[in-house]
Amino acid sequence: MNEPTTAPNSATKGGLARFVPLALFAGFAVIGVVGLFVLGDRHELPSALLNKSFPEFSAPLLMDESSVMSREDLIGEPLLVNVWATWCPTCKAEHAELLRITQDYGVPIVGLNYKDDPRAARAFLARYGNPFRYNLVDADGQIGVDLGVYGAPETFLLDANGTIVYKRVGDVNPRIWRDELAPALKALGVELQANTGAG
Amino acid sequence: MIVEVGHFAVGLAFAVCVLLSVLPMVGAARGNERLMALGGNLSVAQFVLLLGGYLALTYAFVTDDFSVAYVASNSNSLLPTQYKISALWGAHEGSFLLWTLIMGAWVMAVALRSGDLERAFAARTLSILGFIQLGFLAFLLFLSNPFERALPLVPVDGADLNPLLQDFGLIVHPPLLYMGYVGFSVAFAFAISALLSGRMDATWARASRPWTNLAWAFLTAGIALGSWWAYYELGWGGWWFWDPVENASFMPWLAGTALIHSLSVSEKRGAFRSWTLLLAIAAFSLSLLGAFIVRSGILTSVHAFAVDPERGVYILAWLGVSVGGALTLYGMRAHTIAARIRYDWLSRETFLLVNNLLLVVSLAVVFYGTLYPVAYEALTGGEKTSVGPPFFNFAFVPLMLILALFLGAAPFVRWKKTQASSLVSKLWPIALAAVALGVILPLVLLSELSIGVVLAISLGLWIVLSHSLDLWRRRRSLTASYWGMWVAHIGFAISMVGIGVTSGFSIEKDVRMVAGQTLTVADRQILFNGVSEVSGPNYVAQRGSFVITEGSNDYALYPEKRRYLARGSVMTEAAIEPGLMRDLYLSLGEPLAGDSWAVRVHIKPLVRWVWLGALLMALGGGWALLDRRYKRLRVRSSAAATA
Amino acid sequence: MNPKRRARLQAVTFILLGAALTVGLVLFAVRENINMFYEPARIASGEAPTDTRIRAGGMVLDGSVERSDESLAVSFVLTDHAGSDFTVYYSGILPDLFREGQGILVQGQLDSNRHFQAEEVLAKHDENYMPPELAGMAMQGDGSADTGADLP
Repeated sequence: MNEPTTAPNSATKGGLARFVPLALFAGFAVIGVVGLFVLGDRHELPSALLNKSFPEFSAPLLMDESSVMSREDLIGEPLLVNVWATWCPTCKAEHAELLRITQDYGVPIVGLNYKDDPRAARAFLARYGNPFRYNLVDADGQIGVDLGVYGAPETFLLDANGTIVYKRVGDVNPRIWRDELAPALKALGVELQANTGAG
Repeated sequence: MIVEVGHFAVGLAFAVCVLLSVLPMVGAARGNERLMALGGNLSVAQFVLLLGGYLALTYAFVTDDFSVAYVASNSNSLLPTQYKISALWGAHEGSFLLWTLIMGAWVMAVALRSGDLERAFAARTLSILGFIQLGFLAFLLFLSNPFERALPLVPVDGADLNPLLQDFGLIVHPPLLYMGYVGFSVAFAFAISALLSGRMDATWARASRPWTNLAWAFLTAGIALGSWWAYYELGWGGWWFWDPVENASFMPWLAGTALIHSLSVSEKRGAFRSWTLLLAIAAFSLSLLGAFIVRSGILTSVHAFAVDPERGVYILAWLGVSVGGALTLYGMRAHTIAARIRYDWLSRETFLLVNNLLLVVSLAVVFYGTLYPVAYEALTGGEKTSVGPPFFNFAFVPLMLILALFLGAAPFVRWKKTQASSLVSKLWPIALAAVALGVILPLVLLSELSIGVVLAISLGLWIVLSHSLDLWRRRRSLTASYWGMWVAHIGFAISMVGIGVTSGFSIEKDVRMVAGQTLTVADRQILFNGVSEVSGPNYVAQRGSFVITEGSNDYALYPEKRRYLARGSVMTEAAIEPGLMRDLYLSLGEPLAGDSWAVRVHIKPLVRWVWLGALLMALGGGWALLDRRYKRLRVRSSAAATA
Repeated sequence: MNPKRRARLQAVTFILLGAALTVGLVLFAVRENINMFYEPARIASGEAPTDTRIRAGGMVLDGSVERSDESLAVSFVLTDHAGSDFTVYYSGILPDLFREGQGILVQGQLDSNRHFQAEEVLAKHDENYMPPELAGMAMQGDGSADTGADLP
């Protein structure tokens, strides 16, 4: 009575039910794949300012605080505006890539030194090299607010009329350069000459 | 140079794992003893190599080698040495190196303790573990290499470790969690090995039990520590948020809890075997899913320190290969499990089935709530929605209460069959006492009453009383595994009471206070003496000064609002007067007009019980390992080998 | 009963019970606790429902934060910097990272005047920890949470 009773399952009957977990898993995996590809790369944010002109501003230069620049100074050729600060480790991480972009391809980059200590910023550039054509000082973050900046680093691509055509939140790395920035610059008609002498 | 040696060692470990995942498996298939025996040596080798790699990176941290990109972004020359050592797992790449090191340790431990297992079975298990480790190491080497140099631009100093991670809780939390996550791979490997060899009897269940208990104990402790950290560090007094990352660790925990119970039935009674195999696969799959959630950025949280779609794709593919493969194998082989064990409706088997049912339903609810927003957005093409804590609480709390109801009766329910009448006659006095005390205790101690609190206390006492009675009854034949179970169940009861009382009777007030003002909250006088400026090693803070009068007892609390200089981030540092019966929790909001401040005051009764109970559960899981059964097994098999 | 059939009956009972319990709980819990997210534009346009718990997000408009002198009541305007905004009323302590210009999330209801009565205010970039409500923020908000960018 209490002996374990053995009743061999007919393989045919129990067989399919055994694959239910696999089917469930496959279903979730499909959702996961869809989710990843639909939602995965959210770095390309639709910015409120995308395809709008760069906001009006007036800011002193980092290296020469007596000179003041404004929106008009950004007009004339396509350029990158990079929002950075010394308190931002990711900025430090992307610094090498910015240097490479200016050195190898001659793309002008204007820095926006965001909520930072100008002395620290100057020391930073002296120490690690300066990829920027010039730097705007945004000590109180006002330009950042007008730009809808979330944090640093962020990089904006402006066309020759000063219109924002691309925005990157987060670091610029070789992948972003290759897949996004370089094509966007080419689309603006910029010829990327590769001065890759020493790499 | 040392860093390169470390990198090379990890590369070698990768090569060793290629061999490990192939040779013993081939040996088991061909009956080749020499190939099978290689498993042990290879397992030790991969661990030693990984340890070398790990120490090399630690060396880079301690010696401030900022030419290593990972060191530069996560350390600083001024960081105290203990934080330099722990900064290694402060971000994605290093924490994944720790993950593989821990995996390596588990593989080696299994290899060293597999002497009592059948050779082919042990060889297959090691090969499967080697294969899993191979996947991790490939991810480490190709997608998250912590050894990379930041040349030619070598920073003079590092960017510093996130100040929040400069904390004891966060030093210990990740390693514990990883021990748990990765530990479930052992049960998984045993399950796959059993499916491959077609030997799905009690042997594999017995072999996996201690490993599963240990992994579960680590995971429990890790989760408890994370919750405690959130409570004291985040400045708003919450201790569980149903955050996707918390859920990512909670789901394998639920599956693992179901697994350790189901394993006991499989071992002792030979029942539920196929179900147990499935749970072993599920627990490990959910650990991998946790890694996917945290590292793919598909669900966002601050824990998601590395958001990179490529990594997400890799982990998803890896999940597909290992889990898809395991479930396919399960589908093909599980039907050969023939034995059907007989048990009555009222039996310990049924009770454990109910336990599994409730845990798996909880798991399904958490799973649904965690992944619903992703699925919803993916399917609607961008419509956004969220699932908040009320969803989880609503579904989860009743399930746990039912679980507690069954748990209290469990000690008196026997295997196979129990007489309902004898069960009732034993249980009704306990039930009566539990309910009576459940009403009286909160009335006397807290002079308050609510249904939730009465339920939590009554059910907690119900478990404690019935288990204590059972302990007394068995006092002459207590084994370590019984003690382990007993302690873990008591821990569950304590956590439940803590959760019930702190959720029901916490007082949370946001108030506006002017310096010199006294506030009375639940018979406690809180005097605000104003705010002063102080500066710490790497921050400046506004420190509030409060004097609390509680009965005849006076004490001061100093909550702070800190501004960390390196990153410019503001952090609320709560001040807590801890106690077994209640915590008094103060934090500063923002300065308001005049001399006044927004102040948050919490009085949280029994909040410490939540973590105390969880630690007891972890302790119980570890205690069960000491059972003589596992040692005797070893002696017996070595005796058999010499015979 | 035949043991084999009894075993099968037990298994089927438990599976059905489990499935029913799961579906039941999820359906009940979902009714009130899943909150749709609305951007400022959809709130300003009147698309968002009133008197229903919803979530919304936007940037805090500069100079719009007004605190009461007596209580913890506060109001501010959330904008998308693209022409749409709405006013939020809240009483309580604002999160550490609440600042003008900062992206934040609110949870609560629109009253009949289409003012947002917030029960919870969550700063988007909580560097310290992501509140649970923010956890899926990249999905609910504009996706700024997972950028790897650091905070000012």
